[in-house]
Amino acid sequence: MTISLKELEHVAELARLSIPENELKAYTCQLDDILKSIEKLKELDTDNVEPTAHILPVRNVMRGDIVREGIGREDALGGAPDVEEGQFKVPKIV
Amino acid sequence: MENIVNLTITEIHKLLTDKELSAVELTKAFLDYIDRIDPTIRAFITVTENTALAQAEEIDRAIAQGKKIGLLSGVPMALKDNLCTAGVKTTCCSKMLENWVSPYSATVVEKLQEAGAIMLGKLNMDEFAMGSSTENSKFFTTKNPWDTSRVPGGSSGGPTAAVAAGEAIYTLGSDTGGSIRQPASFCGVVGLKPTYGRVSRYGLIAFASSLDQIGPITKNVRDCAIVLKAISGFDPYDSTSVDIEVPDYEKALTGEVNGLRIGIPKEYFEIGISKEITEKVLKAVELLEDLGAVCEEMSLPHTEYALPAYYVIAPAEASSNLARFDGVSYGYRDENAEDVISMYKNSRGEGLGPEVKRRIMLGTYALSSGYYDAYYLKAQKVRTLIKQDFDKAFEKFDAFITPTTPSIAFKAGDKVEDPLAMYKSDLFTVPSNMAGIPAISVPCGFAEGMPVGLQIIAKPFAEETLLRIAYAYENCRGTEVLLPDLEVN
Repeated sequence: MTISLKELEHVAELARLSIPENELKAYTCQLDDILKSIEKLKELDTDNVEPTAHILPVRNVMRGDIVREGIGREDALGGAPDVEEGQFKVPKIV
Repeated sequence: MENIVNLTITEIHKLLTDKELSAVELTKAFLDYIDRIDPTIRAFITVTENTALAQAEEIDRAIAQGKKIGLLSGVPMALKDNLCTAGVKTTCCSKMLENWVSPYSATVVEKLQEAGAIMLGKLNMDEFAMGSSTENSKFFTTKNPWDTSRVPGGSSGGPTAAVAAGEAIYTLGSDTGGSIRQPASFCGVVGLKPTYGRVSRYGLIAFASSLDQIGPITKNVRDCAIVLKAISGFDPYDSTSVDIEVPDYEKALTGEVNGLRIGIPKEYFEIGISKEITEKVLKAVELLEDLGAVCEEMSLPHTEYALPAYYVIAPAEASSNLARFDGVSYGYRDENAEDVISMYKNSRGEGLGPEVKRRIMLGTYALSSGYYDAYYLKAQKVRTLIKQDFDKAFEKFDAFITPTTPSIAFKAGDKVEDPLAMYKSDLFTVPSNMAGIPAISVPCGFAEGMPVGLQIIAKPFAEETLLRIAYAYENCRGTEVLLPDLEVN
């Protein structure tokens, strides 16, 4: 196995995903299959190859610091599940 | 009214400007047709009847006032449901965004609106564009109009099925690893993935940002050229859109391919491909040779590594992009969680479907400490090798021709339980996303009664070459639009 049940639980935790107990095994097997197929990449010697993160020569894009209309608070909060006093509301943090 | 199903953009433009048909009549005909056909095809998530009719009335007013209208004015279209539309739900076919309405529209949507397009509605897809059959849609599976027991492909299965069924003149999809071309091939329509940076991604809900592109799905190559021109160009809201002049793509449709050098990469004919598909594609190559193209077998040696590298890079980027769906700013929230961490976990766990969770976990794993070099960095290096294959080959060739997919549309349910088998239907489409280069799928005949797609791949920003070859082929094959016979009474 490339990935154990315990590792899968850890990854789900990192990704902030609750996975029901009875689904953990299936996900582990599926990810194991996928990771095994990815092992194919090991056939290639890439020691002297530069990585490509992006195919375009990405550069920083600047614009003038000019005030312009935004979408506004009401629209920005429009899709939120819970709002109070013009702010996003979340459950207790501490 | 004459049969609306086979109409193309140029034909509609003529009907409208000759005043043989009003935009309202046309729109009503499409809405009626969708009413009749879509319960069978199931391409639409949302039908925007009222706004469509209001847009049509506006076009009719402009025509009545003697104003000159553009080619896309009054032409009914529809959009994949991951393109943001202000005032209309954008669901990504996920429980997470089931009722979400974007506060703004995608740049491509604004461009089409300015061009006078009539939006009929939003179309089904695999959840967050992850999948190859639309079976990962939270809501329902779209049927292939050629055989409703088969999938339309994915993730833009709604957009391609809608065009094949004649429910919209054209649609827009998005393509991260083949999500326009693979379903276009399965449904027998034209689908183009532009060069990375050709079309603004602003307002496209991100899957893998270094791979995603928006592109047109149409019945024929001319319509494809027209729509591509309308949506292309630099956008200050997308820093990866490129400031290169947008050519008049229709001018490339000369029917001439004399002297063009076309490579036939042998790797695409070696990996698990059906014999009938090989035959159809090679027959198309012969036709192009007869027209004067110089076709030659050649090699893109790293082709078979594109898929495994893609299934590291795309999920890695997705795991980062989809972190925004946390139950705070928009979308689904588990209301019963007592603290913020369990609210995140439950909202995501319940709001996202199995394939999306699988890819988020895969990406998280590939990026996690201890595995980053072995998976993510390795895949990025392999991405360089794939790009170098193309760069080198472009010194000698103007374009490449391959099959779009290794098989015809498969039966619904066939690959649902086996994610890896599903991934393999993207084998031939993934390499051009990895290299950021443009590619088109054009129908090239039938196998077992189902459409077969021919893929043409060209240099960065050489969409004109793609369209030139595709049009010359289509011209030779017969320009008659081939759609399934669906009319139900």
